[in-house]
Amino acid sequence: MRILTARKRAEGLGAAKSGTEHHWSMIVSSAALIGLIPAFVFTFGQALGGTHEEVIAYYQRPFPAIVAILTFLVGFIHFRGGVQTMIEDYVHGTRQKVLIVLAICLAYAAAATGIFAVAKIAL
Amino acid sequence: MVQFTLPKNSKIRTGKTWPKPEGATNLRKFQIYRWNPDDGENPRVDTYWVDMDDCGPMVLDALIKIKNEIDPTLTFRRSCREGICGSCAMNIDGINTLACIYGMDEIKGDVKIYPLPHMPVVKDLIPDLTHFYAQHEAVMPWLETKSNTPATEWRQSIEDREKLDGLYECVMCACCSTACPSYWWNGDRYLGPAALLHAYRWIIDSRDEATGERLDDLEDPFKLYRCHTIMNCAKTCPKGLNPAKAIANIKKMMVERAV
Repeated sequence: MRILTARKRAEGLGAAKSGTEHHWSMIVSSAALIGLIPAFVFTFGQALGGTHEEVIAYYQRPFPAIVAILTFLVGFIHFRGGVQTMIEDYVHGTRQKVLIVLAICLAYAAAATGIFAVAKIAL
Repeated sequence: MVQFTLPKNSKIRTGKTWPKPEGATNLRKFQIYRWNPDDGENPRVDTYWVDMDDCGPMVLDALIKIKNEIDPTLTFRRSCREGICGSCAMNIDGINTLACIYGMDEIKGDVKIYPLPHMPVVKDLIPDLTHFYAQHEAVMPWLETKSNTPATEWRQSIEDREKLDGLYECVMCACCSTACPSYWWNGDRYLGPAALLHAYRWIIDSRDEATGERLDDLEDPFKLYRCHTIMNCAKTCPKGLNPAKAIANIKKMMVERAV
């Protein structure tokens, strides 16, 4: 048991002097996704229902391929930030750190998989 | 990990039903949270009946009547009875508000009264606000200056004074902070809407010369950035203030000086 004054409890370890970068990156990625998501849905919709050859040919065109790659990249960067915040909200201690690391790994792995798939078709 | 259920000794049980006042025809049912740290019992909800023909219009009037005429052990804070001291903050009909300015005509059905949520309870309707007050103190809620004190006064334009409207009126009742889910889960580190509203009140004050230091002290993923703009604070504030907007303005200033 620790005997602390109320003020010491409130001050904690002081301010981390960080958080603004994360906040700004979430705003920027949100703004980017406002344009990217409709573009991705539109281009994906164009390819939907086509034969395998048609879809391959469609994603070999620069616009749909670049839109898909940017959506995966920005989308998973945004996902990473959002999930980290959610974990920080509800989980504490060592479990929090482990889950954040896992979420970051998952986000980058998913982004890399998507980008690799599109790049393989496009190039 | 966040606790989603109450511990065993905090589970609320049905309490005593007090007798109806004799001869009264216009009765209203009150269900009030009770907990006494000295008896070792779980919290309970007692039922009281109040004669509305012989009672003032506000919830605090009924509480005072219950204490004076039915159950003198009912414990709650009150002082000014006009919404300026913030003492009688409690959860009435599911809303954090001040009992003295909350009319019983605004409530449909039974009147359910609990202490402010997610705070340690001292007794009955009295929450322990020690940490809440310490967080307020931590944002240095006073004028910080570096220039020499002027011979007469620290001058402020009318436009700059107007920027304090909607901020200085806060009575520190804790309704906003205890309505905030982020404060429920991370109240030990997140300063909460009330303390942040006060922080912004001094950040935006044209006479204050510690703006940078104040922003430095708030720049933290937990102290400030746990606010997810849920807006419960603005919805529940009995004074009609908007702490969420003050927090958004602090975040804007943080971005302004970084980008």
